[in-house]
Amino acid sequence: MSVVPREPVEADRTNLQSPVKRRTAAITSRISTALRPRRRLLLYYGLLAVWLGTTAMHIPDGYLSPATCIVMFLIVLPFWVTGARRLRQRMSAKNVPLISLLAAFSFVIMMFNVPIPGGTTAHAVGGALAAIIIGPEIACMAVSIALVIQAFFFGDGGILALGANCFNMAVVLPYVSFAVYQAFSRNQPITSRRRVVGAALGGWTGLTVAAFFAGFEFGIQPMLFHAADGTPLYAPYPLSVSLPAMVLAHALVASVVEGLITALVVAYLQRANQSALQFSVDSRAQAPAGGFMNWRFFWIALAMMVVLVPLGLLAPGTAWGEWSSRQLAQRGLASLPKGMAQLSGLWSAPLPGYNLPAARNADMGYILSALVGTIIIGILAWLLTMLVTLHKTGST
Amino acid sequence: MTKGPQSSKSVLRSGVIERTLADIDHALEQSLFAEQIARGPGWLQSLDPRLKIISVLMLLISVSLSHSLAIIVLVYFLTLGLAAVSHVPMGFFVKRVWLFIPFFTAVIALPALFTTPGPVGLHLPFGLVTTTTGAMTALFLLLRVGTSVSLTVLLILTTPWNSMLKALGVLRLPGVIILILGMTYRYIHLLLNLTNDMLLSRKSRVLRPMTGAEGRNLVAATSGALLSKSLQVSSEVYLAMQSRGFRDYPRTIDTLEFQDWVWAVILLILVALLIWLGR
Repeated sequence: MSVVPREPVEADRTNLQSPVKRRTAAITSRISTALRPRRRLLLYYGLLAVWLGTTAMHIPDGYLSPATCIVMFLIVLPFWVTGARRLRQRMSAKNVPLISLLAAFSFVIMMFNVPIPGGTTAHAVGGALAAIIIGPEIACMAVSIALVIQAFFFGDGGILALGANCFNMAVVLPYVSFAVYQAFSRNQPITSRRRVVGAALGGWTGLTVAAFFAGFEFGIQPMLFHAADGTPLYAPYPLSVSLPAMVLAHALVASVVEGLITALVVAYLQRANQSALQFSVDSRAQAPAGGFMNWRFFWIALAMMVVLVPLGLLAPGTAWGEWSSRQLAQRGLASLPKGMAQLSGLWSAPLPGYNLPAARNADMGYILSALVGTIIIGILAWLLTMLVTLHKTGST
Repeated sequence: MTKGPQSSKSVLRSGVIERTLADIDHALEQSLFAEQIARGPGWLQSLDPRLKIISVLMLLISVSLSHSLAIIVLVYFLTLGLAAVSHVPMGFFVKRVWLFIPFFTAVIALPALFTTPGPVGLHLPFGLVTTTTGAMTALFLLLRVGTSVSLTVLLILTTPWNSMLKALGVLRLPGVIILILGMTYRYIHLLLNLTNDMLLSRKSRVLRPMTGAEGRNLVAATSGALLSKSLQVSSEVYLAMQSRGFRDYPRTIDTLEFQDWVWAVILLILVALLIWLGR
């Protein structure tokens, strides 16, 4: 669109016109040097950070692609199942009103304005507090219910983005906060000061990690989903912008508020209602220590990795250092070492290049072979465990 | 209903109690107003709630899938039309949708105008140059968010909350989850009223503006008290439910009528068209 070169024209104008105009031109040029690309980048980090730091993390519909939404739902599902199972295990029919009240509590606590320096206020999410009082599994359920009500009855947070919102605020936040809190206060008396410190650190870490995941969800959008001409279709900023903006904004403002409020409430309960803090300690002691449940985190992590497998499809080229002899030649290796050339043909894999010969689509083949691989490794591990257990029982 | 501070200007300058009271008031007011519209006459109000939830979901998905701005704009105008035939006050609807979430989205999307690489669009003062790609990106984000929020708000404004609960059963949620959702919705109102009372009683005893630390302590104490109260009420509610012979949640739902079937067919064709055109 622009045809006329800009610089000379501006110079002419400043020479010809009044001192006032010359003055404004000088200011303009100073501002435009201040807005050079790198500084401009800093400016909009700041802009994003200010906005993100003072609002809750509810992602509206439109920021995430439908594919991301589906994947996030799949990732959250095992946590919901775990939460439901724990509810059934621990409190039978009593759970219905308990979880309702706690969900209502999570909803209301998100409305509290917490004063922060500078005369403004921010909101806490309350997921860390819920996790400390009732344990992360049930906190996950309560916060999820609160998020569903916010989306369906108050229009806060997207309906399609519910999976992502639940993952950030109802899974990452409670589980991480609780782990940090436990690390600090396990076996400490209810009135211990370490519980307050643990609550503060738990709240801060939990929300910061949650913000990291939210930033990640935003950041992969322009990479994965864009129009043919490269126009990003959803959240527009790459990981290099969205991650630091989300993490910094939260680490400096929202997470501090979350940690502070969590710690202050724990301190209040130590003074006013110790049985509320005892609640989670008691019910965790009651829970049966089943073999499978102890490995819960491992299974969940494994399931998440399996779900995330398709991410491997995004990376161009071959994994570094895993070149075949032909690719080595392409990379400029003059001659292949003799031993390598002999050995390379020795074993031909049943699924060459992670591809099923039968699958027509390369991507589908990749995913299928990942599934087959997981199942084979699972069976091998199971057999190995059986062998070891047999050996043990035989020897005793 | 207890009244919060009147003007938004005074709220901005006032303390933490006033702001929280105003927020609580706003939430209660919003849900009451939505209920009023939802129980009034109108086209969407007369539609089966299950069908309505499915319609909104499908339209959300087609907006979300669309690679074409025209399709998103089309759906936005569709929401305006639906709002008109459902007697939703137009000014209120547009303001409710655009004032908050899309407004902040615009703030977020603004830098993308300048930073997205692409052909040069407009030269602005201070050496800022927008790109056409950047403008498209910002427009996509803004319109998609605005249209999605419109669809959700339309659903909320035209569905009484108990029909919404019944209709959520169509998403294959187990009965116990629907029951929990319903109880949560009721207890949100109870807890909001409790908080309102606690804060008002505190406000009536406060003479000077509170410092930040005092404000934070107040928030913590109120949250702690609220939490203790929630735990206590939950065990009381459980006993009350048991004493009344609670077993399971009986659910009945009305049958689909002729009008519902007509809309279902129209919707199916519409969504298929939208998704196909927006590829």
